[in-house]
Amino acid sequence: MVTDDLQVRLRIARGDFTLDVDLRLPGRGITALFGASGSGKTTCLRAIAGLEKAEAGYVAIGAEVWEDDAKGVFVPTHRRALGYVFQEASLFAHLSVRANLEFGMKRVARAERRFAPEAVIALLGIEGLMARRPGSLSGGERQRVAIARALLASPRLLLMDEPLAALDLRRKQEILPYLERMHDELSIPIIYVSHAPDEVARLADHLVLLEGGRAVASGPLGDTLARVDLPPSFADDAGVVLDTVLDGHEADALSRLRFDGGVLYVGGRHEAVGSYLRCRIHARDVSLSLQRPAGTSIVNLLPATVTAIAAAETPGHVLVQLRVGASPLLARITERSCRELAIAPGHKLWVQIKGVALLA
Amino acid sequence: MDAADLAAVWLTLKLATTVTLLLLAIGTPLAWWLARTRSRVKNVVAAIVALPIVLPPTVIGFYLLLALGPNGWVGTLTAALGLGLLPFTFAGLVLASVLYSLPFVVQPLQNAFDAIGERPLEVAATLRASPWDSFWTVAVPLARPGFLSAAVLGFAHTVGEFGVVLMIGGNIPDKTRVVSVQIYDHVEALEYAQAHWLAGSMLVFSFLVLLALYTVNPQAVKGRR
Repeated sequence: MVTDDLQVRLRIARGDFTLDVDLRLPGRGITALFGASGSGKTTCLRAIAGLEKAEAGYVAIGAEVWEDDAKGVFVPTHRRALGYVFQEASLFAHLSVRANLEFGMKRVARAERRFAPEAVIALLGIEGLMARRPGSLSGGERQRVAIARALLASPRLLLMDEPLAALDLRRKQEILPYLERMHDELSIPIIYVSHAPDEVARLADHLVLLEGGRAVASGPLGDTLARVDLPPSFADDAGVVLDTVLDGHEADALSRLRFDGGVLYVGGRHEAVGSYLRCRIHARDVSLSLQRPAGTSIVNLLPATVTAIAAAETPGHVLVQLRVGASPLLARITERSCRELAIAPGHKLWVQIKGVALLA
Repeated sequence: MDAADLAAVWLTLKLATTVTLLLLAIGTPLAWWLARTRSRVKNVVAAIVALPIVLPPTVIGFYLLLALGPNGWVGTLTAALGLGLLPFTFAGLVLASVLYSLPFVVQPLQNAFDAIGERPLEVAATLRASPWDSFWTVAVPLARPGFLSAAVLGFAHTVGEFGVVLMIGGNIPDKTRVVSVQIYDHVEALEYAQAHWLAGSMLVFSFLVLLALYTVNPQAVKGRR
């Protein structure tokens, strides 16, 4: 089996900032590079594209080596089979939408083209824009054209640098569904730079946390979000993401979601039974009880095992990491409760989940 | 206008066209380099290119005359190559005009290339375009207003020169006697009627060229010099 895993080892010094990462990223799905501004996300992405020269670097996708300082290999950007979506759409102002889309496509030999133009154009919903000039498009439309343009250059790897950051909330909401469709329908890996926890929680499969030019964590999204030993990059947004399958609709307007560890009830969904739904459970919405709670209005009660405890961002609080079946969960409780209930790793107890946010 | 006037007009147009084409060919790579280099000699080169803007034409004409003459290093070279000496020939006039009008072509082009910035070229690179490819398919089309200004200014400035032409070209009918020199001759000979025809035509021509430039491309002229 051909593995398209991505290997990225980079050291780049720019003034008093140094990016120093050594990552192995999955060859499928969306990998989020998450961090505050100045953490080196964009520099890392640009270096993978060859737009930034590293003092020392090794970049390879599958068996294809793009950069290897030990062997003096540096493939210039235009010979790397990648797509790059910049923060601002950066469409060519002198070309129509159609000519923008064809720019990369016609530079790839017919036999090497990976995506059919009609499919990509439909995927991003830009059929009606083909004859327009970039100047006449809205911000969201421009970004969708830029994404389609990058895909039509037949990349093996798509790099996206905060593609939503320059857009207002409404435009973001307009584009997110397209990104989700890309995630579901494209076979190529995507590296997605972001500093917005919501986007990461909604889109990513794999998460890399960058801080001060170093990767402090790299792993599957669910596991990484549930780690309590990491700096609180998601701030008071601590929480986990669960991938669930819609299991059924109940008579009283609740829907049943099955996940790796049990069943969750949420307000009635319109999706068909069998649909995949991703939901986010904030640590602040999870409380703990030593016995199965009786006489509670909360419907989501699950047995869990404590796996770790760490101080939370908020003074007087701790983050408790639990496992519900195979899925990790985080609860934020007061230090006092933790002490009085004598909660410690290995304990079995019950979690009450007050809120489940559906990410779709 | 008599035959001598028409010959001067024809020679001027021929000179300006030749010079403009040469200037675009030389000025484009030079402006591209100036716009994108981080070399320390950039400012030195930029200052040399801009010299004709501030120097009296006689200074440039004087040094060119020395360099191109029989004892000058260029003159020695051209003589050795069997090209003869350049002063008082059309070729000499072209060379002098190219140097004298260089900044009027290089600066609008450099401004246009500067205004494009790195980003479109980076985008082109991520879309599989080599640097040479993206220069022609991205940089040049985006810099089109700059090329228009450069060509118009280079042409108009060559038509309008006098001092350098007089010193390098002399005043040889059909070979180096351009309109500006012809006007001077008319005035010296007190032929004011003929001088009016040529001078008036130049005035109208120059005005129309600049008007067209400002109308088509207001930004290109702004902030120059």
